[in-house]
Amino acid sequence: MSARGNVVPTTEPAEISQYPWRDAAARPFVRIDSVSKKFGAFAALDQVRLDIYRGELFALLGASGCGKTTLLRILAGFETPTGGRVIIDGRDMTAVPPHDRPVNMMFQSYALFPHMHIFDNVAYGLRRERVAKDEIRARVDEMLAMVELTDLAARKPRQLSGGQRQRVALARALVKRPKVLLLDEPLAALDKRLRAQTQFELMNIQDRLGVTFIVVTHDQEEAMTLATRIAVMDAGRVAQVGEPAAVYERPRTRKIANFIGTMNFFVGRVELSDDGVMLRCNEVARPIPLPAAASELQPGQELTLGLRPEKIQMHAADDAPENAAENAPNNAICLRGQIVEYAYMGNLSNYRVRVDGGKILQVTAPNLQRSERQKITWDDEVYLSWRAENSLVLPDD
Amino acid sequence: MINFARLLRLAHRGFAAGANYLQSRWRGLAVAIPYAYLLLFFLAPFVIVLKISFAEAIIASPPYSKLAEWAADGGLRLNLWFDNFAYLWRDPLYVKTYLNSLKIAALSTVACLLLGYPMAYYIARAPSPRRYILLFLIILPFWTSFLLRVYALTGLLADHGALNNLLIWLGVIQRPLPLLYSELAVYIGIIYSYLPFMILPLYANLEKLDRAVLEAAADLGARPRAAFLSVTLPLTMPGIIAGSLLVFIPATGEFIIPDLLGGGNVLMIGKVLYSEFNANHDWPVAAAVAIALLVVLVAPMMLYQHLQGRAVDRQTRGDS
Repeated sequence: MSARGNVVPTTEPAEISQYPWRDAAARPFVRIDSVSKKFGAFAALDQVRLDIYRGELFALLGASGCGKTTLLRILAGFETPTGGRVIIDGRDMTAVPPHDRPVNMMFQSYALFPHMHIFDNVAYGLRRERVAKDEIRARVDEMLAMVELTDLAARKPRQLSGGQRQRVALARALVKRPKVLLLDEPLAALDKRLRAQTQFELMNIQDRLGVTFIVVTHDQEEAMTLATRIAVMDAGRVAQVGEPAAVYERPRTRKIANFIGTMNFFVGRVELSDDGVMLRCNEVARPIPLPAAASELQPGQELTLGLRPEKIQMHAADDAPENAAENAPNNAICLRGQIVEYAYMGNLSNYRVRVDGGKILQVTAPNLQRSERQKITWDDEVYLSWRAENSLVLPDD
Repeated sequence: MINFARLLRLAHRGFAAGANYLQSRWRGLAVAIPYAYLLLFFLAPFVIVLKISFAEAIIASPPYSKLAEWAADGGLRLNLWFDNFAYLWRDPLYVKTYLNSLKIAALSTVACLLLGYPMAYYIARAPSPRRYILLFLIILPFWTSFLLRVYALTGLLADHGALNNLLIWLGVIQRPLPLLYSELAVYIGIIYSYLPFMILPLYANLEKLDRAVLEAAADLGARPRAAFLSVTLPLTMPGIIAGSLLVFIPATGEFIIPDLLGGGNVLMIGKVLYSEFNANHDWPVAAAVAIALLVVLVAPMMLYQHLQGRAVDRQTRGDS
């Protein structure tokens, strides 16, 4: 049963909801209950609360030092929290040592046993449980087949490539059928091409086994692709939790918006006009319409408006400016500007545009036409437009 | 007209070639130094001892017969006297002494390992300021003379030495224990003296052990004891072997400790060698004792190396 955010929800009620976190009555599988961790005077984690549901692929996202790895180590049992509880499948795990937890971890360095063959590495966990020999063989073979390493069972870890080691680590962590699999930066050590491929393998495996995955990552793209939900962490606290699209489209603060993707920010004062509620920004020649949800704002109030680069439409100046302005739908803005910088990425192009008033905006546009010579390039005059509801009022942090 | 760019390029090329030449010269020299050292201070003395071991003891200076001499008829005569080795084999005293030396060295090595492993483990796991203080304390005894330290042990173990006095004062014993001049004293001396040689390689090995690997073992369900036996112990085997060789080899040939602490009661090969050489002035037998000791010690090491090499071979073959 998939529980991935980018799957279109079916209209028929499924037996298990694909989005249990949307249901207030659903029981969380892993509950992190006000967990704090202090190292001396430094608070690595401060009252972290998270509910994670069965079958989720949950991402802990944050810059280094935000506490995400500490939280993962608390879940594994390598660190004891200084406050709060960890409950897995209804059992309080806070005081349970790592070797008794129904949880396995895939280490960032993979931490394979260098003196053991691949087979013995994978079999290690089962041997500790004193599983019967035949069953060990069957289960290890099954795991090695799943990660396509059957032929390398007799090798030692140092004879394997990075990608192969990563798969051994995954097989070793999954062979015990843990209730929760913890993954510490699972793809960080792989090169870019392998990372993309492995990402999908990881999602497939998670889907097939239905194990709850908790992934620590600093890579927002990785979190967005993999996860059912993302918890953005900052300075030992959870800054925001939500489905990838929600975190991307509705970041709670300016800081989160900046961490996940890029965003243009307009800082200005609220102004009432005939066209509705507007934002008067010093660096932009014309007032900017605010989204409808912002109507309870007071005139004169200072606020920050966020706008993603791909939400802006760009027209070349040779489309008549009046036309461009007229074509712009209601409650939209049309600004004139000039290209300052331009980066061709193949599938899309990134522009930096200086609009009248002096503000520089980032704009991303897909390259719809197959053409070696780009229509819009340095120093060209352009018109930018966007609909107010595609922008977002952001509280200051 | 001078083409400066070309000149510069030529000069640079010439310079690079010169530097290369010098570099290869220096590299050759750097390799030659250890070879020369080994030749001069290891191989040459060994060859001399080997030569003497095949000579016959005579009353002269030096007190052994010449290996080769010109015969009256002008031919070169080679005198190889195998009797020294046969004598070692014939006289049960030597065989017994060899076996006793090996036994004492082996038991001392085991004791050093059992004592040294936990110590090295603790030091490697200690937080950094304490770790370096402890390491310093392990190395500290090397700052005084080895001989002096063994002498100091005599004072500790004597009938009216510190240990016996303490035990009597505590009322544990009525009359001093005969500690000094016993095999026990030799064990204490060897274990005390060689413990750092066990701890240091073990520490180096344990310190660079990846902690994530131990965490992985715990994560996969290994209790601390199982994790130690299945992961820590095999991964520190190189340190165990290095430390054991560093203790076992010098302990087998040890002379000062059995002489000062064992007195006449403990037979060890170093002492026999010393008395053959100094008291009996039988240089050839002394040399034969030394060569036989070398064979006894080197043979197991060669076997170990051979087995290691085979294991590596197997792995590299699996690689292709």
